[in-house]
Amino acid sequence: MSTSEWPLWEVFTQKRAGLPFEHAGSVHAPDKELALQNARDVYSRRGEATCLWVVPAEDIVSSTPEDVGSFFEPSNDKIYRHPNFYKTPGASFE
Amino acid sequence: MSELNKNIAEYSLRIGDTSLILGQRLAEWCGHGPILEEDIALTNVSLDLIGQARAFLTYAGENEGLNRSEDDLAFLREAREYKNRLMAEQPNGDYAQTMIRQFFLSVYQYYFFTELMKSKDATLAALAEKSLKEVTYHVRHSSEWVIRFGDGTEESHVRTLEAIDTLWKYTGDLFETDHVDIDLVKAGIAVDMNVVRGNWDKKINEVFEKATLTVPEDSFMIGGSIKGLHSEHLGHLLSEMQVLPRSFPGVEW
Repeated sequence: MSTSEWPLWEVFTQKRAGLPFEHAGSVHAPDKELALQNARDVYSRRGEATCLWVVPAEDIVSSTPEDVGSFFEPSNDKIYRHPNFYKTPGASFE
Repeated sequence: MSELNKNIAEYSLRIGDTSLILGQRLAEWCGHGPILEEDIALTNVSLDLIGQARAFLTYAGENEGLNRSEDDLAFLREAREYKNRLMAEQPNGDYAQTMIRQFFLSVYQYYFFTELMKSKDATLAALAEKSLKEVTYHVRHSSEWVIRFGDGTEESHVRTLEAIDTLWKYTGDLFETDHVDIDLVKAGIAVDMNVVRGNWDKKINEVFEKATLTVPEDSFMIGGSIKGLHSEHLGHLLSEMQVLPRSFPGVEW
């Protein structure tokens, strides 16, 4: 039984109801139920979570480092898009 | 101490010893699990069980009136004084055997603690309630593995059958009772083992069916744990578990 045969799952934990889910790490598991159990055992041992998500890592679509320029830089000089007068969860505009 | 206290001490000892010995067995997997995630999972279960053992042994010590602490009871008793169910001391074997043993015992503890929550002894009822939350997860974890092993590959199926064949003869011992049970059931403190047995049978059948496994025909059963009669494996387990406090009496770390 080799770990390399089992797919990778990304684990997201929610500290309290209402808070956003945060990426905690990843686990290997053969299927959904065991992915959830492994996530529970590895990432919620010290009260870190009240809810867990597991997602097959291969189903996550990510932008690449090469995308940084075309994806993100154009917004940097458009100050009118930035929420200066109210707070947005997860955003930082220091 | 009264007769009632003595019985409660004995009853708590049986519960605590079963958790302790199974916890020690699972701790043997630490660093040797088949994958990192399972290694951590089994260690979690082990720690849950050792926590249960601490509470039940402490309560046994309080009731026996001999001024023995949880540590005295865990580390300074001989095999014949241990009252854990025989299933708990059986060797880890392969992962199928570890999981079948876990499944049998977790389901047993699940229905046992469910009943013990109704105990008129407030401490036992509270300890049962706390333990049940942990055991509920142990049942889930072990059941999922039994289903995957039984309904997995040809090899996993065969190994699971071998594990069942090795361990089935210790299932009768889980439900053995004596005068301690009878007296405490009358007092509304102990659990009716017939209820536990009925629920246990049902759950084992249900999961085995999903796992394409069958419950063996009733055959020869080995019992005697509540009299302190154990298989040859317990002595070896205790020698490893107890070596430090016995070699260095009173040591602290």
